[in-house]
Order: sequence, then C-alpha cells, then structure tokens
Amino acid sequence: MSEEALRTESISKSFGRVTALRDVSIRLMRGEVLGLLGDNGAGKSTLMKILTGFHRPTTGKIFFEGKEIELKSVSHARALGIEPVYQDLALINEVNVYRNMFLQKELMRNKFFQILDDREMRRLAQEHLKQMRVNIPSVDVEISKLSGGQRQAIAVARSVYANAKVLLLDEPTAAMGVKESAMILDVIRQLKEKAQVAVIIVAHNYAHVFDVCDRVNLLQNGKITFDRATKDTSVEELMGLVLHEMREAREQIEHPKL
Amino acid sequence: MPTEPPKSIPESQATPKRPSRLGVLGRAFLHSREASILIAGILLVIYFQSTAPAFLSWSNIANLVVFAATIAILAAGEVMVIICGEFDLSVGMVYALAPFVMFYAHEAGVPYVLAIVLGMAAGAVVGLINGLITVKLHIPSFITTLGTLFIINGFTLTISGGFPVQPHPDPFIFAVFGGPLGGFPVSQLLWAVAITALFQFILVKTRWGLHTVATGGNLLGASEVGIKIAWIKIGNFMLCSVLGAFAGMLDCFRISSADPLAGGTDYMFRATASAVIGGTLLTGGSGTVIGAFLGAVVLGILSDGFTLSGVSAYTFDMILGGAILITMVINVRLSKLRAAGGGK
Repeated sequence: MSEEALRTESISKSFGRVTALRDVSIRLMRGEVLGLLGDNGAGKSTLMKILTGFHRPTTGKIFFEGKEIELKSVSHARALGIEPVYQDLALINEVNVYRNMFLQKELMRNKFFQILDDREMRRLAQEHLKQMRVNIPSVDVEISKLSGGQRQAIAVARSVYANAKVLLLDEPTAAMGVKESAMILDVIRQLKEKAQVAVIIVAHNYAHVFDVCDRVNLLQNGKITFDRATKDTSVEELMGLVLHEMREAREQIEHPKL
Repeated sequence: MPTEPPKSIPESQATPKRPSRLGVLGRAFLHSREASILIAGILLVIYFQSTAPAFLSWSNIANLVVFAATIAILAAGEVMVIICGEFDLSVGMVYALAPFVMFYAHEAGVPYVLAIVLGMAAGAVVGLINGLITVKLHIPSFITTLGTLFIINGFTLTISGGFPVQPHPDPFIFAVFGGPLGGFPVSQLLWAVAITALFQFILVKTRWGLHTVATGGNLLGASEVGIKIAWIKIGNFMLCSVLGAFAGMLDCFRISSADPLAGGTDYMFRATASAVIGGTLLTGGSGTVIGAFLGAVVLGILSDGFTLSGVSAYTFDMILGGAILITMVINVRLSKLRAAGGGK
C-alpha cells in the first residue's frame, strides 16, 4: 500500500446562506490520479480553492501526508507542495517561457536588489522542459506565441518543477482539440510513472480524462455521490448518474414533493 | 482551438543561414518597440531643422531638454502604473504640491536636502492613498485619482494662498537639483536619463518589474501564483507620485519659483501621451520606460518645432493631437507587422 498524500474529512463550506460543499471526504495516495468529476456548479471549484489554501473550510479537516494541517494561504499550500494548475494556467502572456516557469519563485542574482538571474532560470527551464518532453520552439518566446496545449504543458511542468507533491489540475483539457488534450494526458501519465506525484484532475468532460485516472469521484450538489476505481466503472455509468440527477432535479421543479 | 503545435519552428531555427552580426543587430533593433518612435523622432528633427535652422541651436536644444526631461520623469512613473493595469491622473498635481511642501519645510528650518526628501515623502503619501483606495476599496484608479487630483490641487492652492513662492537654495543644491550649468539644463537632463535608466532596469531586470508586468498582464493568474498584486499596485502608485514630486521640485529650482498652478492635468496628459507614444499599452501588461522617454522627446520636438516654425498656439494643439494619433496608428501597424512577420 502506498502512502497517503492528501485527505479531507467531512469538509463543508458555506458562503453566507449558500452551502457549496457538504461533508466532503476525499482521499488521495501518492502516485495516484484522482478524477474529480461533476457538472458546473457542483462544488468542484470550491473544493479546489480549499485544497489550494485560497478558501478555508467552514468545518472539516485536511490531512497532508498523514498530518492534520490548516492551509493558511495559497503560498502556504504551495510551500507544502500542493500546486494548483488553474484553468487560466496563471501564465503571463507578455512574459517569456522561462520567466513564467519561475514566476513568484524567481532565482535572483542579487537578493537585496532582487535582480533576476535570467541565465540560470533559462538554463534550468530548458533542461526541465526537455526532461518532461515538452515541445516548444524556445524558452525565450513569449507565452502568447504558444498553442493552448503547449501552455498547459508548461503550466504542468512548472508545478512539477516547483516540487509538487500534490498537483491540482483544473479542467486541463477544456477548450482543447483532441490532439492537444492527448498531449496533456500524456504529460500527466509521465508524471504518474516517473515522479511520485499525486494528481487531482477536476473536469466536467468525463470522456477526456477518464483514461488517465486511477479513481473517480463524482461531486453532485456539493456532495461526493460516487467513489470508485476507474477499472470498476465506465464513462456510461457516470453519465447515467449525472443524467439521473438532472431528471430528479427537473421532477423536483415540475412536481415538487411537499 | 485545435491548432497543431508549430513543429516546424525548431527545425527552421536549427538551420539558420548565419546572418551577419550587423544584420542581427539591425533586426533586433527593428523588433524592439522603441525603434519606430526613435525613427519618428529623427525624421521630425530633420524636418524641423530644414524648416527652421535655429532648431538645432544650443539654446533651442536647452529648451527642448527642459520640456522633455520633466515629462520623461513623470512618464517613467506613469509607465509603471499603466503596466500594472492602473492609471494615475493625479501625478501632475503632486508635481505642483511637492515644491510647496519643500518650501514650507525649509521655512520651518529644515535643510534643503531634507526638505526635498519631505517633498518626495508627500508624494509617497499621495501614492499610498491612491493605491489603498484603488486596491482595498476596489475603486477604479481612474476615479480614485480623479478625486485626489482635485483634492491635491485644492490643497496646494489653500496652503499657498494661490501665490507662487521663491526658494533660495545654496549654489550646490541649485546645481544638483535642476539649476542650469552654463545656460544648459545639465542636471535636469542627467536626472531624466538616470531615472529612465533606473526604471527601465527595474522593469526589465528585477523581480518588482516582472511582477508589475505579471499583475497587469494577468491579474488573476498573478494572484494565483501568489504575487502580492495589492502591494505591487500600491508600490507603483507610490513610485509614480514620488517621481511626480521630484520632477516638480527640479522645475521649482530651475525657475527659482514654485507655482501652485504649474504642472496639473496638462503635464499628466503629456506624460501619459509620452508613455503611449513610446509603446506602452493602456490595457496594461506591456510597456517600456525608454520608449516613454523617447515619447517625451518626440512630444518636445513637436511642440518646440512648431513654435519655431511660427505655428500659432491655437493651431498647435490641433497639430499635436493629430500627430499623437498618427504616431499611434503607425505604432500599432508596426507592432502588428512585427507580430505577424517576426515569429520570434
């Protein structure tokens, strides 16, 4: 049995009178890829933001590598090794690839005056991207010159380079063509094989990410309603569950139970 | 978008036809954003020199330097604020306020060097207020600084009673902070060049500059990676106001008078125009301080050149406005061409 990377225990989150998450418990092992699936508004983003330290849960506990922790901020979570890759990738279009790779963790030639060590950042970025088999023309180009898949790959590579132990991917294949998403999923597979990185993929497109996940959790109305190993379920079963929920919701509206 | 990753690029780069060093430099120059504005400036000099031979005389160049140096210092700060995605309308009023703070501090017995520091501190306080209101109360900086613009102006008029004052610094202070040397505004020119160089360095080579670009280029992304965007914005507002205060005091020493009606929105707009002409995008995330410096020089050449050519003050603003628009259109065209043809 491998080691536990991240676990939540009965997490709930309310914003005023709106409850976004109820009693959510998830468990993630090292080297495991967990698919966190659910429709828009199911609470995926809220859960992500709690795990990245952006929001604090209203109630519930978070365990990181077996120890209970309180995530104070995004920087705190990142310092621990919980690295988010957001949908907008948090890349700066106007800035070149290697500076983006080190954004907010810049190497500096002079600490006092905060002068950037471009040569070293460039060298390390080049080396690391090559290792991750990310194919880009050069680390000197601005992000705006790259395709969506290349950007995603750089964002993932950045997180891994930052020594991520838990990688949180938000909709990695959203708005992407078949080829592009194949490239991303390939990078994720490499992560799983090479490093002992635990990955959570948040997605609402089940078919895209299904293959790469070891386990899937389904989030509906702020609750985990389904938790199973990928090999014991199918895309069809998941779709069925979501459609069932939709039908029930519609019935609730059309024929409210009093 | 199902775009294929451009696989052909690495190959084409792997087999270059080894262009001459001069060619490489030439291309790098044409690819830089400052190139078009520099060329425009040179063309304007040639034009004005041919229509008014006095254009390149020392006394006229001195005139030009005085104008361009002040605007360039203001523009350096404005560029930083614009790049991080904000706007400062109040900087011209800080320009007018600071000399009075300095003057009254000196009247109260503070030595001039310290009084200058106090003038800059007054600028820093204004910048801090601009930044805090914008960032913490979520007021668009356009509105925030519109408000502080009037407040500062009113404050300066109140403490001065609306009358100019005359500082009498010792020769050393006078020579270092703006006084002309042999009829030429040497110190002002040096200050403008030094400030431009310093801020270009900060923008391009330091963490602060990178985070400023990141904040303006992708606000959400910058905060997601943990960049302290609030502090970046507040800090740049403060830098901008401090530079405004400094420019105001330089001019005060140069003309040996502090005028409560000096600077104002006119200088602020000229500084902003310089930034924009120099290639800084009003949408944030991109800009250059050197470009703004060149923009200020071009603005100076235009106003000075038209004055020498005998264009009346009334028509002058129309020509200036048209020139700004034309420069901008050319600039946008050129950068589109660069983006399309350059590839790298």
